[in-house]
Amino acid sequence: MSTTKTRDLARPAPAKASPAKPRRGLRGSPTFNFWLFTGPFLIGLAIFVYAPILWSLWLSFFEARFTVTPDKFVGFENYTYMLTNDDFVGSLVTFTVFAAFIVPTTWALSLGLALLVNRLRFMRAFFRSVFFLPTACSYVAAALIWKMSIFSGVRFGLMNTVIGWFGVENIAWLADPNPPWYWLVIVTARLWLQSGFYMILFLAALQNIPGELYEAAAIDGAKPGWQTFRHITLPQLRATSTAVILLLLIAAYQAFDEFFNLLSKTTWGRPPLVELYYKALGESQDYGSGSAGAVILTVLICAVTLLQGKFMGFGRGDESK
Amino acid sequence: MSALSNSNWSRRSLFRAAAGMAAAGSLAACGGNNGRSGGSGSGVDLTQFFHAYGEAGTEQAIKKYAKAYDKANVTTQWITSADFESKLFATLLTKNAPDLFEFHPQIQMIKSGQVADLTDIIDPVKSDFNPADIKSHTVDGKIYGVRMIDDPQFFFYRKSMLEKAKVEVPTTLDELMEAAAKLTTGKVKGLYMGNDLHNVINPMIWSAGADTLDAKNQIAYHTPGVIEGIKKMRKLFTSGNLLLGAPTESWDPSSLNQGLCAIQFCGMWAMPGIQKALGDDWGVFPFPKTVDSGKQSVYNGGWSMFVNAKGKNVDAAKEYVKWLWIDQKEYQEDWATSYGFHIPPRTSIAQSATKLKSGNAAEGVRLFNEFGHFDNIGWTQAMISALEDVFANSVRKDMDPEAALDKADTAVNRELKKLFG
Repeated sequence: MSTTKTRDLARPAPAKASPAKPRRGLRGSPTFNFWLFTGPFLIGLAIFVYAPILWSLWLSFFEARFTVTPDKFVGFENYTYMLTNDDFVGSLVTFTVFAAFIVPTTWALSLGLALLVNRLRFMRAFFRSVFFLPTACSYVAAALIWKMSIFSGVRFGLMNTVIGWFGVENIAWLADPNPPWYWLVIVTARLWLQSGFYMILFLAALQNIPGELYEAAAIDGAKPGWQTFRHITLPQLRATSTAVILLLLIAAYQAFDEFFNLLSKTTWGRPPLVELYYKALGESQDYGSGSAGAVILTVLICAVTLLQGKFMGFGRGDESK
Repeated sequence: MSALSNSNWSRRSLFRAAAGMAAAGSLAACGGNNGRSGGSGSGVDLTQFFHAYGEAGTEQAIKKYAKAYDKANVTTQWITSADFESKLFATLLTKNAPDLFEFHPQIQMIKSGQVADLTDIIDPVKSDFNPADIKSHTVDGKIYGVRMIDDPQFFFYRKSMLEKAKVEVPTTLDELMEAAAKLTTGKVKGLYMGNDLHNVINPMIWSAGADTLDAKNQIAYHTPGVIEGIKKMRKLFTSGNLLLGAPTESWDPSSLNQGLCAIQFCGMWAMPGIQKALGDDWGVFPFPKTVDSGKQSVYNGGWSMFVNAKGKNVDAAKEYVKWLWIDQKEYQEDWATSYGFHIPPRTSIAQSATKLKSGNAAEGVRLFNEFGHFDNIGWTQAMISALEDVFANSVRKDMDPEAALDKADTAVNRELKKLFG
C-alpha cells in the first residue's frame, strides 16, 4: 500500500554521534545563547526596575520638589518627615488591616474553588474558565463596576436594590466611613479579581498529589472528607500555600488601583502606595519625600517577605514537607 | 498542501521577514492615524493638554481651533478628568511634556520654572480682562497664564420641589439644612454637594467670613466661624438628607436632572444641560452664609492656558496662545457659550455674549459679580489637599474640627515656608 511505502520513505535516519568539530551560530556557544535570550530581559530589568530604584534612593536624600534632577542635599530629612507623618504611618496600619482580611480569605476561597473544581466530573473546563476569567479583567474596570453599578449609593445600585427588598434603607457604601462598608467593597472586588488565578495554582498542586497516598490512607482506615483533607491534602499543598501567601502579601502591599478608584481622596482606606501617590508623588510633586516613602516601603516588603519565608519554609524544598 | 508549507523557509528568511514587518510597523506609526490635528503648520509641532470637558462638542471645538492655526501643527491630548493632574505633572518632568496646557494658577509652578511668563502677550489687552483674573495669574508683576473661561459655582435647585415642600431659597447654612430635611422624600434626597464634598470647602470658608490665605500669605481659614461651619456640615452629612454615593460627581448635573436630589452644587457650565432636562423648573443660589457674621459666596473657578517654560518651542507656543486666547475673540466666545456656559474673562466678550444676558445665565453672571471669589495663586495643590483632609476627617469621619485644622496648619505652614521662606 502506498501508505506503507510513504511511511518507509519517511523513516528517520539512524541517530549518529555528533561530529567533533566546533559548532557555529546559535547552537555554537552556550554563553552566547545565554546572553542572547536573557539579554533583552536583563536590559529591561536594569532600565525599568533597577535604575528607577537607584534613582529613587538618590532622590530620597534631596529636596526634590517639582523636579527629578535636584541639587539640594537634605540627608535623612525626607525619611524623618515620612516616618513622623501620621498619614504615612496610618497607611501601613491600613495595609495591615487589608492584608489581614484579604490574604486568608483569598487563600481559603482559592483553595475551596480548586477543591470544588478538581472534584467536578462534568463541565470542569467550563467552571475553571469561569473562575479564572476575572483575572483577565482590569482592576480599574472592576473598581468602576463595583463603584458605579453594584455598590452605588443610590436606590438603583444593585446592592441597594437587593437590600431594599428587605426594607433596608440605601447605604452609601463608599461615601461614608461609618460604618466602614468600604472594606466590603474593596475586599469583594479583589477576591473576585484574584481568586481564580490562585485557584489555578492550587489546582495544579492538587493534581500533583499522588493518588496512592489517598489509597494507602483509605486502607489504613482514614475517612474521606475532612480527615483526609487535613492529614494528606493540606500538608501536600504546603509549598504551594506558602508561595500563594507570599504572592498575596506582596500584592496587598502593592494595592493601588481599586483603592484609588473606589475611594477617591479619602483619608481612610489609603494603603501605602496610594498615600505615597497623594502626599508626595502625585499632585504635590514632592519627589524627595515620595522616594523616601518608597524606599521605606521596599525595605519593609523585603523584610516581611524574608521573615515570612523563614517561618513558612519557603524554598526549603521537599525535605521541608 | 498549502503553498506556504511548500516554501523553503530558512532561518535567515524568517529573520528577514520579521525585520521587514518591524520596519513596516514603524512606517505605519508614521502614518496619518497619529493623533495629529492635521493643521497646515509650518513644521513646528505643538502639543496641548486639556482635561476632558463633560459637555458634548468641546473636544471637537478645541481641535477645530487648532486646525485653523496655520503657523504650527497643534496636537490636542484630551485627558480624562480624574487623571489630568497626575498625567500633567508627571509629563512635565519628561521630554514628552506638552508645550501648552490648561490648569489653574499656582505659584509652585512659577517658582519651579514650569510655566512661562506671558506678560508681553497679555499686556496690550490687559485692561480688557477681568482684573481679578489678571491678579490671580500675577506674581511679582509678571502674568503667567491666560484665563480662558471663568466658571462660577453655586447651588442649582428644582423650583417645583421647593414650592411643593413650601421651602424658601436658603440664605444661611441652617436654612439649607432645614430645606434639605423638608425636601427629602422616599426617593429624592434634599441636597447633593458631591460624594467627597471637596467643591464646597472654599465656599463654606468664604461664607464664614474667612479665607484660605490672607494678603500676607498666612493661614486665614482657621477661625471660629469655619469651625462652626465644619460642625454644621458634619450634622448635615449625618442627617440622612444628603445624597451620598451618587454615580457621578457634583460637576455633572445628572443627579439633579434624574431626580435623585432637589438641590445640587454644580457649576455654570451645566446650565444648558439642566435647561434641556428640566425646562424652566430650576434656579440658582450662592453658597449660603455659614455663620451670621459671614456672607454668601460663589467660587469663581475656571481654566487658564499656560506655556511650558521648559518646552522646545516656547515662542511658538506663546504665539499660538496669543492667536487663540487673545486675538480670536470669535473662538473665545464660542468656547465660553456654545457648549457649557462659562463667563468669558474678556470684558468685551462677556458684555456682548447674548446667551448670558437672560434667565438663569444672567443670574449666574450676577452671582459671579456680587459674591465671587477667585483663585489665590499662593494656594497650592498641597494646601488644597490639606483642607480636603480636614473635610474628610471632620465632616465625613467625625474628628474634632480644631484638631483637624491644627493638622492642616502643619501641612500648609510647611508649604508656605518652602514657597515664601
